[in-house]
Amino acid sequence: MSDVSPWAILIAAIFTSNLLLTNFLGMCSFLACSRQVGTSLGLGTAVIFVMVCTTAINWCIYTYALIPLKIDHLWFIIAIAVIAAFVQFVEMFVERFSPKLYHALGIFLPLITVNCAILGASLLMITRNYGFVQSVAFGFGGGLGWLLAIVLIAGLRQKMTYSDVPQPFKGVAIVMIITGIMAMIFMGFAGMVKI
Amino acid sequence: MIFLWSILVLVLIVVGLALLLTVAESVLVNYGICTIDVNAGEKSLEIEGGQSLLSGLIESKIFIPSACGGQGTCGFCKIEVLDGGGPILPTETPYISRGERRDGVRLACQVKIREDIKVKIPEDLLNVKLFNATVKSTTPMTSNIKEIRFSLVEPAEISSRVGQYVQIQAPSPDGPVFRAYSISSAVYETNEVELVVRLIDGGIGSTYLHNLEVGDPVEFTGPYGDFIFDEDPETELICVGGGAGMAPMKNIIKSMYKEQPDRTCWLFFGCRSKDDIFYLEMYEEMAKQHPNFHVVYGLSDPQPEDNWEGETGFIHLSLDKMIEADGTKRQAFLCGPPPMIDAVTRVLQAKGLADEEIFYDEF
Repeated sequence: MSDVSPWAILIAAIFTSNLLLTNFLGMCSFLACSRQVGTSLGLGTAVIFVMVCTTAINWCIYTYALIPLKIDHLWFIIAIAVIAAFVQFVEMFVERFSPKLYHALGIFLPLITVNCAILGASLLMITRNYGFVQSVAFGFGGGLGWLLAIVLIAGLRQKMTYSDVPQPFKGVAIVMIITGIMAMIFMGFAGMVKI
Repeated sequence: MIFLWSILVLVLIVVGLALLLTVAESVLVNYGICTIDVNAGEKSLEIEGGQSLLSGLIESKIFIPSACGGQGTCGFCKIEVLDGGGPILPTETPYISRGERRDGVRLACQVKIREDIKVKIPEDLLNVKLFNATVKSTTPMTSNIKEIRFSLVEPAEISSRVGQYVQIQAPSPDGPVFRAYSISSAVYETNEVELVVRLIDGGIGSTYLHNLEVGDPVEFTGPYGDFIFDEDPETELICVGGGAGMAPMKNIIKSMYKEQPDRTCWLFFGCRSKDDIFYLEMYEEMAKQHPNFHVVYGLSDPQPEDNWEGETGFIHLSLDKMIEADGTKRQAFLCGPPPMIDAVTRVLQAKGLADEEIFYDEF
């Protein structure tokens, strides 16, 4: 097992090894839902929630079922099945018990099933040999980092509505460029924490 | 051994997850029977909760129009929800104006029935019926446009206004879907309904309609549409259609000339080349009987072998050339692709038509 402190993992997942900006995971919803800060905040919150829960569940399944039975080659398919089912369940649960939260997150939940950052978090925690607490810290930090990145880009995109973007760069092109620059800025944190 | 375990665990986990979801669904998504009150006590419906208001109302034979099949992308299923619909959803806001929002207008397909609901539905929509019909004829007009005629079976008559449309029920892998098509037969042909359908690659509705054969049964609901036809004989009528946008034009022109044979009417029809032209002979025949009927077909991309001597270029240019801005009272009806509608609307505004005199139907 890795011996890095969960706190370090949490900080690292937010800044130095941000899933979105260093691994470029979850780009599709990142590009599609980052037009407005409010929307991206909603999506980001939903990602945090789902990422924490799925890393916890997936860690348990991996450690207590797949490893003892030596069938960890099934890991990918089981991880994604768990994520999909969990998102469905959460959607139903939230809809029933908190209509308010459902209306805030509702339309984002199904989007998250296909967000590769969620699957990425589950897969990375295994490759990096994290324990349970570390995994959950990684899930929480990863989600928080994803939220940070999408909210930042949404803020920039909102400002950009008023800027004079050259014709060939309009739309997704300029967003990709900005994402690249942002990733480079986050690279400045690299080496601060080792995970 | 490892294979056995792999399969066993995979099956166990997948079945477990499915079971969990099924149990959760039956416990969590069970709202019991809810009461829907229509127009303050006019009708009271008992509907099973958990489904959308749109499908609940359709189940109770109130046919709210919907072209996208409840995905929240067409904005047709607007109704006033007075009580019990929950807050407006982000999926609805693009279709609902601020004024409508104040009145409680919602998209019926996005409102989920969770409690008793009070709604207000326009009288017009309560008159919409479900028709059973059979295919009477199908006639290819161009390479991808077909004229399809239905004879009504039950009910045997349809009473529609000029410029209305019906919704055809087409089968799809996810259950029946409804697709909107303008009626092209005249309003006085009360026991038949004719449509002009363009085949769209992968389109559920158009593929279904194009594959129908004579005698096949079909179901549709209608009539829908709030186009208000100006009956004043002094008002000039300008019809502009592109492609399958011919359907409402035929309905309007035929219905009008039955009642008002001397009224002035312009028909502009835009398409690419001679292969896309249809109904031209029929209109030329009509123009002989009605001297104030002017037919203009314009080709945007005439082929050398077409030997076309009529108008060329996009149709709004022909319109600009032929209609004088002389203060005549006019009403315009446009049907076609959005760029055509935009261009024609600008020309008409320059000719002095007010926005409320221009009706359009985009697709």
